[in-house]
Amino acid sequence: MASAHAIPSLDEEFEFTAESKRRLIIGIGAGVALVAIGAYLLASGAGSHETHEVAHAAGGHEGHEAGHHAYKWTNRLWANVWLNAVYFTGASVIGMFFLSYNYLAQAGWSSAFKRIPEAMPAFLPFTGIAILAVFLIAGHDLFHWTHPGLYDPSSPEFDPIINGKKGFLNTPFYLIRIVLYFGLWYGLWRLLRNFSLQEDLYGGTDYYEKSIKFGTAFLVVFGVTSSTSAWDFVMSIDTHWFSTMFGWYTLASWHVTGLAIITLTVVTLKERGYLKIVNESHLHDLGKFMFAFSIFWTYVWFAQFMLIYYANLPEETIYYRERFSGYGGIYKAPFFINLILNFVFPFLVLMTRDAKRTYIFLKLAAWGIIVGHYFDFYTNIMPGTVGEHGGFGPIEFGMILIFACGFVWSLSNQLTKANLIPKNHPMLEESLHHDI
Amino acid sequence: MSDVNGNGKFLVGIYDDDDVVLKAVKDVKTAGVRIHEVYSPFPIHGLDVALGHPRTRLGIAAFLFGLSGTTTALLLTAYTESFDWPMIVGGKDSYSPIVYVPIIFELTVLFCALGMVGTFLVSNGLGPTVKPLMYDLRTTDNKFAMTIDLSKNTIGEGDIEQILRKSGAAEVNIKQF
Repeated sequence: MASAHAIPSLDEEFEFTAESKRRLIIGIGAGVALVAIGAYLLASGAGSHETHEVAHAAGGHEGHEAGHHAYKWTNRLWANVWLNAVYFTGASVIGMFFLSYNYLAQAGWSSAFKRIPEAMPAFLPFTGIAILAVFLIAGHDLFHWTHPGLYDPSSPEFDPIINGKKGFLNTPFYLIRIVLYFGLWYGLWRLLRNFSLQEDLYGGTDYYEKSIKFGTAFLVVFGVTSSTSAWDFVMSIDTHWFSTMFGWYTLASWHVTGLAIITLTVVTLKERGYLKIVNESHLHDLGKFMFAFSIFWTYVWFAQFMLIYYANLPEETIYYRERFSGYGGIYKAPFFINLILNFVFPFLVLMTRDAKRTYIFLKLAAWGIIVGHYFDFYTNIMPGTVGEHGGFGPIEFGMILIFACGFVWSLSNQLTKANLIPKNHPMLEESLHHDI
Repeated sequence: MSDVNGNGKFLVGIYDDDDVVLKAVKDVKTAGVRIHEVYSPFPIHGLDVALGHPRTRLGIAAFLFGLSGTTTALLLTAYTESFDWPMIVGGKDSYSPIVYVPIIFELTVLFCALGMVGTFLVSNGLGPTVKPLMYDLRTTDNKFAMTIDLSKNTIGEGDIEQILRKSGAAEVNIKQF
């Protein structure tokens, strides 16, 4: 019953302590050191005996993408930056997505913790710059379709299939699209963020009405750009292969990751004594969100897999063949870790009502999802970019550390910039009495 | 929920408002009266907690119905595709469960849904030939009724009536089955 608990104070200032800053700097430093060690090992050729064997075992599975010129060790470095940039772009933009659909639905319950999704998109400029930089520096090594010979009928490299995709997959249009995605996502977020901050100062429902309008505009934009960015960032790596479900699939992956990050942040803040007005019912709903969208992701994953499996067309099945048994089977483990961490684990952990109201289970499930979806993008990006040279070494762990610590820094920094509870949000009263 | 084919004498307190009835449940219970059931035209938030009902076991029933659907689908697809009329489609084994996941999923949902409809009818004492117990017809429209089984209470009839009226009941009737 709502009346059973008193409403705590609405004034909460988040403090980004020197201790947390120190830890994050150490994390980033350790990440840089690990990447440096990994890069040194790769450059000096350590472990190459292993990759040679693998290359033999791989046979001709990857033959159709053999257009990669001589493999350079830097490919793995850039592929890792790309992978993390894509993953954290999703994690950031989902904050805006969550805000927008809650505005559109005029949902009240989420307003108690809306500062957290609101803080997430602040990381977008960093991932945007990383994505642009990797494409400009190493686009030729990572993206088969950037090779000019593919589009020249007189060249031995000429590929009629890729030539047919020229209207969409060409460097100028690609660059325009990347700038557009990040510009639109970040710009619309800044608008919503400003409305929200001014609402704190002046109150009234004007800012709320405007937020609904611009939030809806974002949903229209994101409806298109979530799909096209998934094609650009991930699907275009395997240039010949395509799946009509891919945009939807990547959105599902991003979305559940973002929800897990929101849940984990809410629980962590509560454990530190913040967000007193967030009660068990809010946590229960967040748990349901993670549970439901883990199943949704699995549904899309399986639908895509089963259609390809059932139809058995060589140009489609090669995608799963590469991941399942290609390149000496090095992607088989990530392939199954992906399914276990993203479906089986959250499904079982979050099944009961009590688990969705208990910190430890929510944290377990959220961590499972966050790690699991890294593997989701890993299995989608790595085989097409580094193939048999992939693996899990210092460079992978280091890059994750750098991006994750950067993301947490950006999130914490944004949280300090406003009261943790949107005091004048018109739906706050409903959220305070949220009871399910 | 509880005693659907109860016979005996009941006191029926009629309330006009859902907030009043929710508060009345607590007051009446504090006064030491055992409440039989509360009837309402729509679900009242927190009423089950106030009445002290144990956690529902519908989830277990739903799981078992779903499991029966899963089993049926597995047996059906395995029997037809591997024993009755084995076929090779698309180069797959004659029985490859991945292909049948949609059928397994759908039959699980179907059995679960139908089973829960049956559970609903049985647990609420509804059905084509069953005459439902109606304490007050107005609870299907705009009134809320709290029923008290006199045979299960040691407090006298007159005292209970006083308690009900004090808790906000607009009228108190006697219902005999």
